[in-house]
Amino acid sequence: MMGFDFSQIGPALPGLWDGMALTLKLLLMAVGGGVALGTVLALLRLSSNPLLSGIAKFYVNYFRSIPLLLVITWFYFVVPLVLRWITGEFVAVGAFTSCLVAFMMFEAAYYAEIVRAGIQSISKGQLNAAYALGMTYGQAMRLIILPQAFRKMMPLLLQQSIILFQDTSLVYAVGLMDFLNTARSKGDIVGQPHEFLILAGVVYFVISFGASFSVKRLQKRLAV
Amino acid sequence: MIRFMNVHKWFKDLHVLNDVSLTVAAGEVVVVCGPSGSGKSTLIRTVNQLESINSGEIWVDGKNVADPKTDLNALRAKVGFVFQHFNLYPHLSVLDNITLSPLMVKKMERAAADKLALQLLERVGLAHKKDAFPAQLSGGQQQRVAIARGLAMQPQVMLFDEPTSALDPEMIGEVLHVMKDLAESGMTMMVVTHEMGFAREVADRVVFVDHGQIIEEAQPEEFFMNPQHDRAKQFLRQLLTPMQ
Ligand SMILES: Nc1ncnc2c1ncn2[C@@H]1O[C@H](COP(=O)(O)OP(=O)(O)OP(=O)(O)O)[C@@H](O)[C@H]1O
Ligand SMILES: [Mg+2]
Repeated sequence: MMGFDFSQIGPALPGLWDGMALTLKLLLMAVGGGVALGTVLALLRLSSNPLLSGIAKFYVNYFRSIPLLLVITWFYFVVPLVLRWITGEFVAVGAFTSCLVAFMMFEAAYYAEIVRAGIQSISKGQLNAAYALGMTYGQAMRLIILPQAFRKMMPLLLQQSIILFQDTSLVYAVGLMDFLNTARSKGDIVGQPHEFLILAGVVYFVISFGASFSVKRLQKRLAV
Repeated sequence: MIRFMNVHKWFKDLHVLNDVSLTVAAGEVVVVCGPSGSGKSTLIRTVNQLESINSGEIWVDGKNVADPKTDLNALRAKVGFVFQHFNLYPHLSVLDNITLSPLMVKKMERAAADKLALQLLERVGLAHKKDAFPAQLSGGQQQRVAIARGLAMQPQVMLFDEPTSALDPEMIGEVLHVMKDLAESGMTMMVVTHEMGFAREVADRVVFVDHGQIIEEAQPEEFFMNPQHDRAKQFLRQLLTPMQ
Protein backbone atom coordinates (compact mmCIF):
# COMPACT_ATOMS: atom_id res chain seq x y z
CA MET A 1 0.00 0.00 0.00
CA MET A 2 1.44 3.32 -1.02
CA GLY A 3 1.22 6.42 1.15
CA PHE A 4 -1.26 9.17 0.26
CA ASP A 5 -0.24 11.75 -2.26
CA PHE A 6 -2.26 14.97 -2.27
CA SER A 7 -0.03 16.72 -4.82
CA GLN A 8 -2.67 16.87 -7.56
CA ILE A 9 -5.29 18.61 -5.50
CA GLY A 10 -3.79 22.08 -5.91
CA PRO A 11 -4.07 22.16 -9.70
CA ALA A 12 -7.59 20.70 -9.49
CA LEU A 13 -8.93 23.43 -7.19
CA PRO A 14 -10.56 25.63 -9.87
CA GLY A 15 -12.50 22.63 -11.17
CA LEU A 16 -13.47 21.60 -7.66
CA TRP A 17 -14.68 25.11 -6.98
CA ASP A 18 -16.91 24.95 -10.06
CA GLY A 19 -18.39 21.77 -8.62
CA MET A 20 -18.98 23.44 -5.26
CA ALA A 21 -20.56 26.43 -7.00
CA LEU A 22 -23.04 24.11 -8.70
CA THR A 23 -23.79 22.36 -5.41
CA LEU A 24 -24.44 25.67 -3.65
CA LYS A 25 -26.52 27.07 -6.50
CA LEU A 26 -28.65 23.93 -6.54
CA LEU A 27 -28.96 24.04 -2.76
CA LEU A 28 -30.04 27.68 -2.55
CA MET A 29 -32.55 27.42 -5.36
CA ALA A 30 -33.95 24.15 -3.99
CA VAL A 31 -34.29 25.61 -0.48
CA GLY A 32 -36.04 28.73 -1.82
CA GLY A 33 -38.43 26.77 -4.01
CA GLY A 34 -38.90 24.01 -1.44
CA VAL A 35 -39.79 26.41 1.38
CA ALA A 36 -42.18 28.33 -0.87
CA LEU A 37 -43.93 25.17 -2.07
CA GLY A 38 -43.81 23.73 1.44
CA THR A 39 -45.53 26.82 2.81
CA VAL A 40 -48.30 26.53 0.24
CA LEU A 41 -48.70 22.84 1.13
CA ALA A 42 -48.81 23.66 4.85
CA LEU A 43 -51.55 26.26 4.26
CA LEU A 44 -53.54 23.80 2.15
CA ARG A 45 -53.09 21.12 4.77
CA LEU A 46 -54.49 23.47 7.43
CA SER A 47 -57.37 24.63 5.27
CA SER A 48 -60.87 23.77 6.37
CA ASN A 49 -61.64 22.46 2.89
CA PRO A 50 -61.27 18.67 3.17
CA LEU A 51 -60.38 18.27 -0.51
CA LEU A 52 -57.49 20.76 -0.38
CA SER A 53 -56.18 19.45 2.90
CA GLY A 54 -56.51 15.87 1.61
CA ILE A 55 -54.48 16.65 -1.49
CA ALA A 56 -51.73 18.29 0.59
CA LYS A 57 -51.71 15.41 3.03
CA PHE A 58 -51.38 12.88 0.23
CA TYR A 59 -48.56 14.85 -1.37
CA VAL A 60 -46.61 15.10 1.87
CA ASN A 61 -47.07 11.45 2.78
CA TYR A 62 -46.22 10.30 -0.72
CA PHE A 63 -42.94 12.18 -1.03
CA ARG A 64 -41.93 11.23 2.49
CA SER A 65 -42.40 7.57 1.62
CA ILE A 66 -40.18 7.26 -1.44
CA PRO A 67 -36.40 7.52 -1.77
CA LEU A 68 -34.93 10.79 -2.99
CA LEU A 69 -32.74 8.94 -5.48
CA LEU A 70 -35.86 7.57 -7.13
CA VAL A 71 -37.37 11.04 -7.43
CA ILE A 72 -34.18 12.40 -8.99
CA THR A 73 -33.86 9.72 -11.65
CA TRP A 74 -37.55 9.71 -12.30
CA PHE A 75 -37.77 13.46 -12.78
CA TYR A 76 -34.79 13.33 -15.11
CA PHE A 77 -37.03 11.44 -17.51
CA VAL A 78 -40.38 12.93 -16.64
CA VAL A 79 -39.74 16.68 -16.46
CA PRO A 80 -38.85 17.04 -20.17
CA LEU A 81 -41.93 15.03 -21.10
CA VAL A 82 -44.22 17.14 -18.94
CA LEU A 83 -42.79 20.39 -20.30
CA ARG A 84 -43.24 19.11 -23.81
CA TRP A 85 -46.82 18.21 -23.02
CA ILE A 86 -47.48 21.67 -21.58
CA THR A 87 -45.72 23.76 -24.20
CA GLY A 88 -46.37 21.44 -27.12
CA GLU A 89 -42.84 21.60 -28.36
CA PHE A 90 -39.63 19.93 -27.48
CA VAL A 91 -37.72 21.81 -24.82
CA ALA A 92 -34.27 20.71 -23.93
CA VAL A 93 -34.16 20.42 -20.14
CA GLY A 94 -30.78 19.99 -18.61
CA ALA A 95 -30.00 17.66 -15.75
CA PHE A 96 -29.68 20.72 -13.51
CA THR A 97 -33.26 21.84 -14.04
CA SER A 98 -34.75 18.41 -13.57
CA CYS A 99 -32.68 17.90 -10.39
CA LEU A 100 -33.78 21.29 -9.09
CA VAL A 101 -37.44 20.43 -9.65
CA ALA A 102 -36.95 17.03 -8.00
CA PHE A 103 -35.29 18.54 -4.92
CA MET A 104 -37.85 21.30 -4.63
CA MET A 105 -40.78 18.94 -4.78
CA PHE A 106 -39.20 16.35 -2.51
CA GLU A 107 -37.99 18.77 0.13
CA ALA A 108 -41.27 20.68 0.06
CA ALA A 109 -42.87 17.67 1.75
CA TYR A 110 -40.46 18.01 4.67
CA TYR A 111 -40.59 21.81 4.83
CA ALA A 112 -44.41 21.60 4.76
CA GLU A 113 -44.48 19.65 8.00
CA ILE A 114 -42.09 22.09 9.67
CA VAL A 115 -44.08 25.13 8.53
CA ARG A 116 -47.35 23.51 9.56
CA ALA A 117 -46.05 22.92 13.08
CA GLY A 118 -44.80 26.52 13.10
CA ILE A 119 -48.18 27.95 12.11
CA GLN A 120 -49.95 25.79 14.66
CA SER A 121 -47.62 27.00 17.41
CA ILE A 122 -48.83 30.60 16.98
CA SER A 123 -51.69 31.30 19.35
CA LYS A 124 -55.19 31.50 17.89
CA GLY A 125 -55.46 34.97 19.42
CA GLN A 126 -53.08 36.34 16.79
CA LEU A 127 -55.36 35.31 13.96
CA ASN A 128 -58.38 36.62 15.86
CA ALA A 129 -56.65 39.96 16.40
CA ALA A 130 -55.77 40.24 12.72
CA TYR A 131 -59.33 39.41 11.69
CA ALA A 132 -60.78 41.77 14.28
CA LEU A 133 -58.68 44.54 12.72
CA GLY A 134 -60.19 43.92 9.31
CA MET A 135 -57.49 41.81 7.68
CA THR A 136 -58.25 39.13 5.13
CA TYR A 137 -56.98 35.57 5.58
CA GLY A 138 -54.15 36.31 3.15
CA GLN A 139 -53.06 39.48 4.95
CA ALA A 140 -53.26 37.78 8.35
CA MET A 141 -51.05 34.93 7.17
CA ARG A 142 -48.55 37.09 5.32
CA LEU A 143 -48.21 39.87 7.87
CA ILE A 144 -48.92 38.23 11.21
CA ILE A 145 -48.82 34.44 11.32
CA LEU A 146 -46.07 33.42 8.88
CA PRO A 147 -43.44 35.94 10.06
CA GLN A 148 -43.84 34.63 13.61
CA ALA A 149 -43.96 31.00 12.51
CA PHE A 150 -40.80 31.33 10.40
CA ARG A 151 -38.92 32.98 13.20
CA LYS A 152 -39.80 30.10 15.49
CA MET A 153 -39.09 27.45 12.89
CA MET A 154 -35.87 28.93 11.52
CA PRO A 155 -33.56 26.44 13.27
CA LEU A 156 -35.55 23.46 11.99
CA LEU A 157 -35.70 24.85 8.46
CA LEU A 158 -31.95 25.38 8.48
CA GLN A 159 -31.31 21.92 9.88
CA GLN A 160 -33.41 20.43 7.12
CA SER A 161 -31.44 22.48 4.60
CA ILE A 162 -28.17 21.06 5.91
CA ILE A 163 -29.50 17.57 5.24
CA LEU A 164 -30.43 18.77 1.77
CA PHE A 165 -26.87 20.04 1.28
CA GLN A 166 -25.59 16.52 1.81
CA ASP A 167 -28.33 15.00 -0.32
CA THR A 168 -27.45 17.17 -3.31
CA SER A 169 -24.61 14.71 -3.92
CA LEU A 170 -27.21 12.26 -5.23
CA VAL A 171 -27.22 14.17 -8.51
CA TYR A 172 -24.32 11.94 -9.60
CA ALA A 173 -27.11 9.54 -10.64
CA VAL A 174 -27.97 11.75 -13.61
CA GLY A 175 -24.39 12.79 -14.27
CA LEU A 176 -24.50 16.33 -12.91
CA MET A 177 -21.04 17.61 -11.94
CA ASP A 178 -21.58 18.76 -8.38
CA PHE A 179 -18.76 18.97 -5.86
CA LEU A 180 -18.61 15.26 -5.00
CA ASN A 181 -18.93 14.09 -8.56
CA THR A 182 -16.24 16.54 -9.67
CA ALA A 183 -13.90 15.38 -6.92
CA ARG A 184 -14.42 11.76 -7.85
CA SER A 185 -13.87 12.19 -11.55
CA LYS A 186 -10.81 14.41 -11.08
CA GLY A 187 -9.35 11.90 -8.66
CA ASP A 188 -9.90 9.11 -11.13
CA ILE A 189 -8.25 11.04 -13.96
CA VAL A 190 -5.08 11.84 -12.03
CA GLY A 191 -4.97 8.41 -10.39
CA GLN A 192 -5.50 9.68 -6.83
CA PRO A 193 -9.15 8.67 -6.20
CA HIS A 194 -8.75 8.09 -2.45
CA GLU A 195 -7.11 11.41 -1.77
CA PHE A 196 -9.81 13.32 -3.62
CA LEU A 197 -12.57 11.47 -1.80
CA ILE A 198 -10.92 12.15 1.55
CA LEU A 199 -10.79 15.82 0.65
CA ALA A 200 -14.48 15.73 -0.34
CA GLY A 201 -15.34 14.07 2.98
CA VAL A 202 -13.49 16.73 4.93
CA VAL A 203 -15.17 19.55 3.00
CA TYR A 204 -18.69 18.14 3.50
CA PHE A 205 -17.96 17.54 7.17
CA VAL A 206 -16.58 21.00 7.84
CA ILE A 207 -19.45 22.77 6.07
CA SER A 208 -22.24 20.64 7.56
CA PHE A 209 -20.79 20.56 11.04
CA GLY A 210 -20.04 24.27 11.01
CA ALA A 211 -23.54 25.06 9.80
CA SER A 212 -25.12 22.74 12.37
CA PHE A 213 -23.11 24.35 15.10
CA SER A 214 -24.24 27.84 14.05
CA VAL A 215 -27.85 26.67 13.93
CA LYS A 216 -27.60 25.36 17.49
CA ARG A 217 -26.23 28.68 18.64
CA LEU A 218 -29.01 30.50 16.81
CA GLN A 219 -31.51 28.18 18.47
CA LYS A 220 -30.16 29.06 21.90
CA ARG A 221 -30.31 32.76 21.11
CA LEU A 222 -33.90 32.51 19.89
CA ALA A 223 -34.87 30.51 22.97
CA VAL A 224 -33.88 33.30 25.35
CA MET B 1 -75.90 50.69 16.53
CA ILE B 2 -75.91 47.00 17.56
CA ARG B 3 -79.08 44.92 17.61
CA PHE B 4 -79.29 41.22 18.50
CA MET B 5 -82.56 39.60 17.45
CA ASN B 6 -83.37 36.15 18.81
CA VAL B 7 -79.81 34.93 18.42
CA HIS B 8 -79.04 31.26 19.01
CA LYS B 9 -75.70 29.51 18.93
CA TRP B 10 -74.64 25.97 19.66
CA PHE B 11 -71.22 24.43 20.17
CA LYS B 12 -72.24 20.88 19.25
CA ASP B 13 -74.81 20.05 21.99
CA LEU B 14 -74.04 23.10 24.09
CA HIS B 15 -76.59 25.88 23.71
CA VAL B 16 -74.18 28.82 24.33
CA LEU B 17 -76.49 31.60 23.22
CA ASN B 18 -80.16 31.03 23.86
CA ASP B 19 -82.55 33.49 22.25
CA VAL B 20 -80.53 36.62 22.92
CA SER B 21 -82.11 39.95 22.04
CA LEU B 22 -80.35 43.18 22.95
CA THR B 23 -79.95 46.67 21.59
CA VAL B 24 -77.01 48.99 22.07
CA ALA B 25 -77.74 52.51 20.91
CA ALA B 26 -75.12 54.85 19.44
CA GLY B 27 -73.06 56.43 22.20
CA GLU B 28 -74.25 53.94 24.78
CA VAL B 29 -72.00 51.94 27.11
CA VAL B 30 -73.33 48.50 27.96
CA VAL B 31 -71.59 46.25 30.48
CA VAL B 32 -72.11 42.50 30.18
CA CYS B 33 -71.51 40.33 33.24
CA GLY B 34 -72.29 36.82 34.36
CA PRO B 35 -70.71 33.65 35.71
CA SER B 36 -67.77 31.93 34.02
CA GLY B 37 -68.85 29.89 31.03
CA SER B 38 -72.17 31.68 30.69
CA GLY B 39 -71.43 32.77 27.11
CA LYS B 40 -70.26 36.38 27.52
CA SER B 41 -67.21 36.02 25.29
CA THR B 42 -69.20 34.14 22.69
CA LEU B 43 -71.85 36.85 22.76
CA ILE B 44 -69.46 39.73 22.21
CA ARG B 45 -67.48 37.82 19.57
CA THR B 46 -70.57 37.32 17.45
CA VAL B 47 -70.81 41.09 16.92
CA ASN B 48 -67.77 41.12 14.64
CA GLN B 49 -68.31 37.49 13.64
CA LEU B 50 -65.24 36.01 15.26
CA GLU B 51 -67.99 33.51 16.15
CA SER B 52 -70.78 32.71 13.73
CA ILE B 53 -74.38 32.22 14.87
CA ASN B 54 -76.84 29.45 14.09
CA SER B 55 -80.02 31.50 13.94
CA GLY B 56 -81.32 34.99 14.53
CA GLU B 57 -79.94 38.28 13.29
CA ILE B 58 -77.31 40.72 14.46
CA TRP B 59 -77.40 44.18 12.96
CA VAL B 60 -74.35 46.43 13.26
CA ASP B 61 -74.50 49.91 11.78
CA GLY B 62 -77.34 48.91 9.49
CA LYS B 63 -75.81 45.64 8.25
CA ASN B 64 -76.86 42.11 9.14
CA VAL B 65 -73.56 40.50 10.09
CA ALA B 66 -74.89 36.96 9.76
CA ASP B 67 -75.85 37.58 6.13
CA PRO B 68 -73.29 35.78 3.94
CA LYS B 69 -73.35 38.76 1.57
CA THR B 70 -72.04 41.13 4.26
CA ASP B 71 -68.39 42.08 3.73
CA LEU B 72 -66.90 40.92 7.02
CA ASN B 73 -63.58 42.67 6.56
CA ALA B 74 -65.31 45.99 5.98
CA LEU B 75 -67.53 45.36 8.99
CA ARG B 76 -64.61 44.46 11.24
CA ALA B 77 -62.76 47.58 10.17
CA LYS B 78 -65.58 49.57 11.79
CA VAL B 79 -65.76 47.53 15.00
CA GLY B 80 -62.82 47.63 17.41
CA PHE B 81 -62.15 44.61 19.60
CA VAL B 82 -59.99 44.45 22.73
CA PHE B 83 -59.03 40.99 23.99
CA GLN B 84 -58.45 39.71 27.49
CA HIS B 85 -54.91 38.68 26.54
CA PHE B 86 -54.16 41.80 24.44
CA ASN B 87 -52.98 39.81 21.40
CA LEU B 88 -50.54 42.47 20.29
CA TYR B 89 -48.32 41.34 17.39
CA PRO B 90 -45.10 40.37 19.19
CA HIS B 91 -42.87 40.73 16.11
CA LEU B 92 -43.84 44.36 15.49
CA SER B 93 -43.06 47.56 17.38
CA VAL B 94 -45.82 49.40 19.21
CA LEU B 95 -46.10 51.91 16.38
CA ASP B 96 -46.27 49.19 13.71
CA ASN B 97 -48.86 47.30 15.73
CA ILE B 98 -51.08 50.36 15.53
CA THR B 99 -50.42 51.43 11.95
CA LEU B 100 -50.55 48.01 10.27
CA SER B 101 -54.29 47.80 9.70
CA PRO B 102 -54.74 51.47 8.78
CA LEU B 103 -51.99 50.98 6.17
CA MET B 104 -52.97 47.56 4.83
CA VAL B 105 -56.74 47.51 5.29
CA LYS B 106 -57.67 51.17 4.97
CA LYS B 107 -54.80 51.97 2.61
CA MET B 108 -53.99 55.09 4.59
CA GLU B 109 -50.84 57.05 3.72
CA ARG B 110 -47.85 56.18 5.91
CA ALA B 111 -47.47 59.75 7.20
CA ALA B 112 -51.14 60.01 8.12
CA ALA B 113 -51.11 56.60 9.80
CA ASP B 114 -48.03 57.48 11.85
CA LYS B 115 -49.55 60.77 12.89
CA LEU B 116 -52.79 59.12 13.95
CA ALA B 117 -50.93 56.39 15.84
CA LEU B 118 -48.88 58.96 17.75
CA GLN B 119 -52.00 60.91 18.66
CA LEU B 120 -53.61 57.75 19.99
CA LEU B 121 -50.49 56.74 21.91
CA GLU B 122 -50.53 60.20 23.43
CA ARG B 123 -54.14 59.67 24.40
CA VAL B 124 -53.38 56.38 26.21
CA GLY B 125 -50.25 57.89 27.77
CA LEU B 126 -47.66 55.80 25.92
CA ALA B 127 -46.17 58.07 23.26
CA HIS B 128 -42.71 57.42 24.70
CA LYS B 129 -43.09 53.68 24.03
CA LYS B 130 -43.71 53.90 20.30
CA ASP B 131 -40.54 52.04 19.36
CA ALA B 132 -40.77 49.39 22.09
CA PHE B 133 -41.84 45.83 21.40
CA PRO B 134 -44.84 44.32 23.19
CA ALA B 135 -42.68 41.99 25.29
CA GLN B 136 -40.97 45.06 26.78
CA LEU B 137 -44.25 46.46 28.13
CA SER B 138 -46.22 45.68 31.27
CA GLY B 139 -49.64 44.09 30.92
CA GLY B 140 -51.41 47.37 31.53
CA GLN B 141 -49.29 49.12 28.91
CA GLN B 142 -49.90 46.33 26.40
CA GLN B 143 -53.63 46.62 26.90
CA ARG B 144 -53.51 50.37 26.41
CA VAL B 145 -51.60 49.85 23.16
CA ALA B 146 -54.22 47.29 22.14
CA ILE B 147 -56.93 49.91 22.72
CA ALA B 148 -54.99 52.44 20.66
CA ARG B 149 -54.60 49.81 17.92
CA GLY B 150 -58.35 49.30 17.85
CA LEU B 151 -59.03 53.03 17.79
CA ALA B 152 -56.64 53.55 14.89
CA MET B 153 -59.24 52.02 12.58
CA GLN B 154 -61.54 54.85 13.69
CA PRO B 155 -64.29 52.40 14.62
CA GLN B 156 -67.88 53.26 15.37
CA VAL B 157 -68.12 50.66 18.12
CA MET B 158 -65.57 49.27 20.57
CA LEU B 159 -65.98 45.81 22.07
CA PHE B 160 -64.04 44.74 25.16
CA ASP B 161 -63.81 41.14 26.39
CA GLU B 162 -62.63 41.22 30.02
CA PRO B 163 -59.92 43.78 29.23
CA THR B 164 -58.57 43.90 32.78
CA SER B 165 -58.93 40.35 34.05
CA ALA B 166 -55.46 39.25 32.92
CA LEU B 167 -53.83 42.23 34.65
CA ASP B 168 -52.12 42.61 37.99
CA PRO B 169 -54.37 44.63 40.30
CA GLU B 170 -52.17 47.72 40.26
CA MET B 171 -52.53 47.99 36.46
CA ILE B 172 -56.28 47.70 36.23
CA GLY B 173 -56.86 51.36 37.02
CA GLU B 174 -54.81 52.75 34.13
CA VAL B 175 -56.76 50.64 31.61
CA LEU B 176 -60.15 51.48 33.08
CA HIS B 177 -59.16 55.14 33.05
CA VAL B 178 -58.53 54.99 29.30
CA MET B 179 -61.85 53.22 28.77
CA LYS B 180 -63.69 55.78 30.83
CA ASP B 181 -62.16 58.58 28.76
CA LEU B 182 -63.28 56.81 25.65
CA ALA B 183 -66.82 56.43 26.95
CA GLU B 184 -66.93 60.12 27.82
CA SER B 185 -65.85 61.00 24.29
CA GLY B 186 -69.10 59.40 23.10
CA MET B 187 -67.86 56.03 21.84
CA THR B 188 -70.41 53.23 21.62
CA MET B 189 -69.07 50.44 23.82
CA MET B 190 -69.96 46.90 24.79
CA VAL B 191 -67.82 45.72 27.67
CA VAL B 192 -67.63 42.28 29.25
CA THR B 193 -66.21 42.95 32.70
CA HIS B 194 -66.57 42.17 36.35
CA GLU B 195 -65.22 45.57 37.35
CA MET B 196 -68.33 46.77 39.12
CA GLY B 197 -66.85 50.16 39.93
CA PHE B 198 -66.45 50.79 36.22
CA ALA B 199 -69.96 49.55 35.50
CA ARG B 200 -71.43 51.88 38.15
CA GLU B 201 -69.54 54.92 37.02
CA VAL B 202 -69.53 54.53 33.26
CA ALA B 203 -72.20 52.10 32.06
CA ASP B 204 -75.61 53.19 30.87
CA ARG B 205 -76.90 49.66 31.28
CA VAL B 206 -75.80 46.37 32.80
CA VAL B 207 -76.74 43.08 31.19
CA PHE B 208 -76.56 39.87 33.21
CA VAL B 209 -76.01 36.65 31.26
CA ASP B 210 -76.42 33.13 32.59
CA HIS B 211 -76.46 29.88 30.63
CA GLY B 212 -76.50 31.77 27.37
CA GLN B 213 -79.56 33.84 28.25
CA ILE B 214 -79.91 37.47 29.15
CA ILE B 215 -81.83 37.18 32.38
CA GLU B 216 -81.52 40.72 33.63
CA GLU B 217 -81.02 44.11 32.00
CA ALA B 218 -81.05 47.27 34.10
CA GLN B 219 -79.46 50.61 34.99
CA PRO B 220 -76.29 50.00 37.01
CA GLU B 221 -77.64 51.39 40.30
CA GLU B 222 -80.77 49.34 40.00
CA PHE B 223 -78.88 46.19 39.11
CA PHE B 224 -76.47 46.46 42.01
CA MET B 225 -78.88 47.68 44.67
CA ASN B 226 -81.86 45.66 43.71
CA PRO B 227 -81.18 42.64 41.48
CA GLN B 228 -84.35 40.80 40.52
CA HIS B 229 -83.22 37.24 39.90
CA ASP B 230 -81.76 34.81 42.38
CA ARG B 231 -78.88 33.95 40.11
CA ALA B 232 -77.98 37.62 39.73
CA LYS B 233 -78.13 38.07 43.50
CA GLN B 234 -75.92 35.06 44.02
CA PHE B 235 -73.48 36.30 41.36
CA LEU B 236 -73.19 39.71 43.00
CA ARG B 237 -72.71 38.17 46.43
CA GLN B 238 -69.87 36.04 45.13
CA LEU B 239 -68.32 39.03 43.43
CA LEU B 240 -68.27 40.99 46.67
CA THR B 241 -67.02 38.14 48.82
CA PRO B 242 -64.93 36.05 46.47
CA MET B 243 -63.43 33.96 49.26
CA GLN B 244 -66.62 32.08 50.06
N1 LIG C 1 -64.80 26.97 20.42
C1 LIG C 1 -65.55 26.34 21.34
N2 LIG C 1 -65.93 25.06 21.17
C2 LIG C 1 -66.72 24.44 22.06
N3 LIG C 1 -67.16 25.01 23.19
C3 LIG C 1 -66.82 26.29 23.44
C4 LIG C 1 -66.00 27.02 22.52
N4 LIG C 1 -65.82 28.26 23.03
C5 LIG C 1 -66.49 28.30 24.18
N5 LIG C 1 -67.10 27.12 24.44
C6 LIG C 1 -67.96 26.82 25.59
O1 LIG C 1 -69.06 27.69 25.54
C7 LIG C 1 -69.42 28.14 26.84
C8 LIG C 1 -69.40 29.64 26.89
O2 LIG C 1 -68.09 30.09 26.71
P1 LIG C 1 -67.66 31.61 26.80
O3 LIG C 1 -66.21 31.68 26.58
O4 LIG C 1 -68.54 32.42 25.91
O5 LIG C 1 -68.02 31.95 28.31
P2 LIG C 1 -67.65 33.23 29.17
O6 LIG C 1 -68.92 33.68 29.77
O7 LIG C 1 -66.90 34.20 28.35
O8 LIG C 1 -66.74 32.62 30.31
P3 LIG C 1 -65.47 33.27 31.06
O9 LIG C 1 -66.01 34.17 32.13
O10 LIG C 1 -64.79 32.09 31.65
O11 LIG C 1 -64.66 33.99 30.05
C9 LIG C 1 -68.42 27.48 27.80
O12 LIG C 1 -69.04 26.37 28.37
C10 LIG C 1 -67.27 27.09 26.93
O13 LIG C 1 -66.65 25.93 27.42
MG1 LIG D 1 -64.90 34.93 28.42
